[in-house]
Amino acid sequence: MKLTFGYLVDLISVITEKELKVRYKSSFLGYLWSMANPLLFAMIYYFIFKLVMRVQIPNYTLFLITALFPWQWFTSAVGNSLFSYIANAQIIKKNTFPRSIIPFCNTFMEFLHFLCTIPVIVVFLYVYGMSPSLSWLWGIPLIGLAQMILIFGLSLMLSSLNLFFRDLERFVPLILMLMFYCTPILYSADLIPKEYHWLITSNPMSVIILAWRDLFMHGVLHTADIITMYATAIPVLLLGTFVFNKLKFRFAEIL
Amino acid sequence: MTVIEFENVSKSYPLYHHIGSGIKDLIFHPYRALKLLKGKQYKAIENINFTIEKGEAAALIGRNGAGKSTSLGLVTGVIKPSKGKVTTVGRIASMLELGGGFHSELTGRENIIMNATLMGLRKKQVMEKLDSIIEFSELGDFIDEPIRVYSSGMLAKLGFSVISQVEPDILIIDEVLAVGDIAFQKKCIETIENFKAKGVTILFVSHNTSDVEKICDKVIWIENHNLKEIGPASQVIPKYHAQMV
Repeated sequence: MKLTFGYLVDLISVITEKELKVRYKSSFLGYLWSMANPLLFAMIYYFIFKLVMRVQIPNYTLFLITALFPWQWFTSAVGNSLFSYIANAQIIKKNTFPRSIIPFCNTFMEFLHFLCTIPVIVVFLYVYGMSPSLSWLWGIPLIGLAQMILIFGLSLMLSSLNLFFRDLERFVPLILMLMFYCTPILYSADLIPKEYHWLITSNPMSVIILAWRDLFMHGVLHTADIITMYATAIPVLLLGTFVFNKLKFRFAEIL
Repeated sequence: MTVIEFENVSKSYPLYHHIGSGIKDLIFHPYRALKLLKGKQYKAIENINFTIEKGEAAALIGRNGAGKSTSLGLVTGVIKPSKGKVTTVGRIASMLELGGGFHSELTGRENIIMNATLMGLRKKQVMEKLDSIIEFSELGDFIDEPIRVYSSGMLAKLGFSVISQVEPDILIIDEVLAVGDIAFQKKCIETIENFKAKGVTILFVSHNTSDVEKICDKVIWIENHNLKEIGPASQVIPKYHAQMV
């Protein structure tokens, strides 16, 4: 089968559309549900940390959602990627289209959901008397692409490996939960004692989440952060591609 | 021109249920787990050679479990041979199992679009053909119902209607048409004959030997994972019958 760019675009649009249709089949509110989860979390954390524990972070709701929304993209995409081949067994066993399209579409669909949450951030900015900055225009694509590469790399690896080691289904959600608390989402990075700083620096999502928050709340983007996130995301993608290429010919046998 | 060629093709599957215990096994019995990963193999086909020329219609026959479906899988390219080489030329449209390539939650129409795109058509081409595909399928109002409510005959109709309209160079059909009603089966056979007249290469698995005799120039008989005989239908089918009974 000859692969042209136009055909790949068609394939991605058809599969993404299919994923969206399958997910929101017979639901009235559709994609709005994807906002319910992070918003509810923001409400709970706001109650616990701001009202009960009285954390001294200004604009705490905004502080939370600017990190929770991109985190939601990461965690849903990585969590769902485990099942992306299993759920699509029927089309894998039959056709020879490039298999990497499926985890890609999963990543891409969650990215679309994330884009839909940006207006919510804008609303909260105005509530707190702030406004979006012009730097979003290049900041969102730059950070977004880095996060996309990171997620796609992880998804390629996890979706392929999970076909052979189904233990990952139990293991990955635990790691995701651990990563959630090791990422400065509920707290700011400078609150962490020095000796535990490695927890943050060794976690590839930290730099991305912090960059999103800086961008959304203050309109700033640090070149050093951008370099760091690409320097971790690209090797992850290479590793993911390697694992995927090793296993891809066996997908149709095992499904 | 040869469009499908099998050169000394063998395919063995590792028996994956041995690694079912996954990471636990890998940690506690790494040696055993790795050995199993390489060890137990199931030979699906062994050392098979055949060629199919452009415009030929060939049938694969043999008992259940003989390796027919594995051979079809190798032709479509969804699985790779463990040994030997499989060469194909041109666009392949296949119907390997009932409901294969479809998603049960999507409607017939949505499935047609997805399925045809996966077979290599551009979205624009699919949209142009959509009406003729739906018409061919004879599904009527069911086309906008999710396919999980379809009967097996309706699934076969949907699957065949897509491959009948995507203009393939090679058409591959596993024994799935048998579930359609007589009228539809007849229509399928006619379509296959039309394809053949247009120079499309056809490879199919069927237990209906009268269909095979009617359509096929060549019959490939696989017995016990090995090639038993290859030749014109009139020559191979009687022997096959004799052995089956």
